[in-house]
Amino acid sequence: MDHRDLIPISRRKFLIVGAVTAATVALPPFICAEASAANLARPIKSQVSLCVNGQFLALDLDTRTTLLDTLREHLKLTGTKKGCDHGQCGACTVIADGRRVNSCLTLAVMHQGSKITTIEGLGTPDKLHAMQAAFVKHDGYQCGYCTPGQICSAVAMLNEIRQGIPSHASANLTDQPQLIASEFQERMSGNICRCGAYSNIIEAISEVAQASV
Amino acid sequence: MRPFTYLHAKSPAEAAALAAQVNGARFIAGGTNLLDLMKLEIETPTHLIDINGLELDRIEATAEGGLRIGALVRNTDLAADSRIRKDYGLLSRALLAGASGQLRNVATTAGNLLQRTRCPYFYDTYQACNKRQPGSGCAAIGGFSRQSAIIGMSDACIATHPSDMAIAMRVLDAQIETVRPDGTTRVIAVADFHRLPGSTPNIETTLAANELITAVTLPPPLGGTHIYQKVRDRSSYAFALISVGAVIQTDGTGRVALGGIAHKPWRVETAESAMPKGAKALSEQLLAGATPTHDNAFKLTLVERSLASVIAQARAQA
Repeated sequence: MDHRDLIPISRRKFLIVGAVTAATVALPPFICAEASAANLARPIKSQVSLCVNGQFLALDLDTRTTLLDTLREHLKLTGTKKGCDHGQCGACTVIADGRRVNSCLTLAVMHQGSKITTIEGLGTPDKLHAMQAAFVKHDGYQCGYCTPGQICSAVAMLNEIRQGIPSHASANLTDQPQLIASEFQERMSGNICRCGAYSNIIEAISEVAQASV
Repeated sequence: MRPFTYLHAKSPAEAAALAAQVNGARFIAGGTNLLDLMKLEIETPTHLIDINGLELDRIEATAEGGLRIGALVRNTDLAADSRIRKDYGLLSRALLAGASGQLRNVATTAGNLLQRTRCPYFYDTYQACNKRQPGSGCAAIGGFSRQSAIIGMSDACIATHPSDMAIAMRVLDAQIETVRPDGTTRVIAVADFHRLPGSTPNIETTLAANELITAVTLPPPLGGTHIYQKVRDRSSYAFALISVGAVIQTDGTGRVALGGIAHKPWRVETAESAMPKGAKALSEQLLAGATPTHDNAFKLTLVERSLASVIAQARAQA
């Protein structure tokens, strides 16, 4: 499968090769039909059902659509930001089935039936989530571009500590990890702030962590 | 990203059989590396076979007293498993030293073993790279090679393997269970899993075409002190310049593997008898025949000093 020759010729041979190597398991007809008709030159569509911020949605998406592009371009939930689009900056962080993930590095079709929470689902301007309020209070941002990802990440990160998941900063692997700044810093390293608001972000997270103890 | 068809597999054997029917099919689990490379069109699958949901996400005790880790166990869950934390601390530590919280929540055990190099010339599609495009040359040789391998490389490739987890698996003598398109299964020792680049750096593992990893098993616990020391340019969320994974017993004997220096986890079993003699002797044997570049010769010193640190930590904890 690690073919390096995926040039148009190999795609034209798609059906032929499939027929020659057909073994015990038959491919669903739509795979061959789509591949044949389009020669994989045009988008392939797929049905996806998601629950985003409590709302159930049925979407017809290009299989290539990332969860991030689904949220921003199809659902117009533009709170989630596209930074690097390669999982390096964390601006796209959302909470999928209770876990923080980089929405740029996962496909919508991989989230059939998933519950997704974005920054829009955490709080509203009238009723901020505690983490949103703490970011405001502690000035945990400058330009604000990384902030939705920072906040979604921080909320899920505190749950990870409560669940007893250790980190690189944990002195002992078998003890319950502590709600302390060194743990927050290590665990938030997947969220980059180009303005450098890190110290205020850690203060905001610390306040929420202490309030919840 | 190129268009692709997409399908959920219903069983591991079916996934492997389906993959064999489509030229250019790939399995997708976490997707954190594959999608990254698909966006750059370094990976251009025509068909994705989603193996999430195959119930390969459990960690079970084996009859031999070890653990069988399903291929789809996420890095976070593996690192946090109480049995791993207690008896295979090296594996927890290695996982937690890698990637970010978001990535570990998604990345899988099998996917971690299969992740591709982070060599910047592999990622830059304007540069020659024998791994990306066989026969095109290697721009890293004679280029910026600070991160590159210092041992085991070839005239065709000087890339390193990026995995932290694989270093721990190599020290622990993990075994990789697979299923092939004809439904047969086999077990591959992790020692035999990753290849040196030779003249075919594009072939990175000994997996056959369309062979699917179903589990990774760990032998019974080794005891001893488990240490994973990673040296990198920033204190979190960066690939290793070098790393040391070790299990050291109270008598000073032990096992060790190095990361960040070769095309695969670097373990030399015959060198391990030098561990009680100290870091210098051990380092000399582990790195015998190393041919670093001007840019990465510092890794020789860094390995020796990290080994000294690890041995001292083990003594202090014994």
